[in-house]
Amino acid sequence: MRDEATFRVKSGLAEMLKGGVIMDVVDSEQAKTAEDAGAAAVMALERVPADIRRDGGVARMSDPEMIAGIQETVTIPVMAKARIGHFMEARVLEALEVDYIDESEVLTPADERNHIDKWDFKVPFVCGATNLGEALRRIGEGAAMIRSKGEAGTGDIVEAVRHMRQIVGEIRRLTMLGEDELATAAKEIAAPLDIVRGVAQEGKLPVVLFCAGGIATPADAALMMALGAEGVFVGSGIFKSEDPALRARAVVEATTHWQDAARVAEASRGLGPAMVSLESSKLESEQLLAQRGW
Amino acid sequence: MGERAHAGGPLIGVLALQGGFDAHERMLAGLGAQTREVRVPADLEGLDGLVIPGGESTTMTLGVEREGLAEPLREFVASGRPVLGSCAGLIMLDRSHLGLMDVEARRNAFGRQIASFEADLDVAGMPGGPMRAIFIRAPWIAEHGPEVEILASVDGHPVAARQGHLIGVAFHAELGSDDRLHEMLLRLVGETAGSA
Repeated sequence: MRDEATFRVKSGLAEMLKGGVIMDVVDSEQAKTAEDAGAAAVMALERVPADIRRDGGVARMSDPEMIAGIQETVTIPVMAKARIGHFMEARVLEALEVDYIDESEVLTPADERNHIDKWDFKVPFVCGATNLGEALRRIGEGAAMIRSKGEAGTGDIVEAVRHMRQIVGEIRRLTMLGEDELATAAKEIAAPLDIVRGVAQEGKLPVVLFCAGGIATPADAALMMALGAEGVFVGSGIFKSEDPALRARAVVEATTHWQDAARVAEASRGLGPAMVSLESSKLESEQLLAQRGW
Repeated sequence: MGERAHAGGPLIGVLALQGGFDAHERMLAGLGAQTREVRVPADLEGLDGLVIPGGESTTMTLGVEREGLAEPLREFVASGRPVLGSCAGLIMLDRSHLGLMDVEARRNAFGRQIASFEADLDVAGMPGGPMRAIFIRAPWIAEHGPEVEILASVDGHPVAARQGHLIGVAFHAELGSDDRLHEMLLRLVGETAGSA
């Protein structure tokens, strides 16, 4: 008996990405650079978040031509982003056979009430979250991987830290509650009770948890691993820096050796300037991407 | 962190450069083994056996180069200690990578993620009936030498093989609850230790 697209098969690919770095790329050349540096997967998108921020306007799914070009160039998994709630963009990405779909707040949301019904797809989804309730609602909708949102395109790690600490801290608190307190806890964080029960029992999410949004240096990546991330997404941090190939290799090395500060130090040497960064706390509230999605 | 103690059990390393290493650790710990994550050559010292997990074989290959692990891994195998390679781990063992098993794996042979699947698989020498095997962007064995015993196939393509004290499988048992493949590794470890 052969079963495709079971939840184990969907979340299993994320298990294989653990301890790895997923890099944003905008063309085949960048994808090759990422693969050669040891990226565990690439995220194909038209503009990295830093450019989406700078250019403004509506950010959409990427051109299938570009995604197909990247798929032909690399052998590692290729992910691509769909707008929140835009299930038709997701259908297009599924037809292209991308390996993972990111229903992403970095793009302009298409539906202000509903996220995509991700159970209805054969291709797995990763979704962003700023807290545990949001993560578990996405899992309830079928997400097979979660990433903390951070604040994409800033190069400022503070929001990533906030979201990761929030998620991990809330998980820890759930494990200390009695069985009879879980229904109220589920109601308070507006998450499905059965998933809340599972998290309370296991002390972890039922899917892999990565970190995203604001990672610019090897030490940033190591910090997020130490805070409980099982791997990292790096968006603008690689290809908006001065020497992307060198920085990409360094972030990969620091993600593997996050427990060894001497190795993180070695990886951090002589990388040249990081991306041009924005301080998240100086952004206007309508510029905050992490507030998209609910 | 990185090492799970279980007094008395064999000490099994799990290559942890990148990939699904902690699922293997959980399964091995459940069988009473001690585990250690392997990232640098020194981590191989004193191990009774090794698992090379799934993940991305390009990422792992670069990691093996960066850490200078290729030669220490070859010495490890030459010393007769058992190794289980799963998915990317099978690829790492093949002729084009570490050259430890006389097989040639074809990467992503079953296709992209949308073609990933799970199935009941009859594995030769495995007591207790078929095992639930999870194939994720999985390879298969395209060619193999005469020393290699094929243990299981899907659609006529070999997906599990044994060559002496080396086991290579294209699928993931560690993502399910069937621990018989890991038991097979520990049995080999027991036999090796007994003959030493």
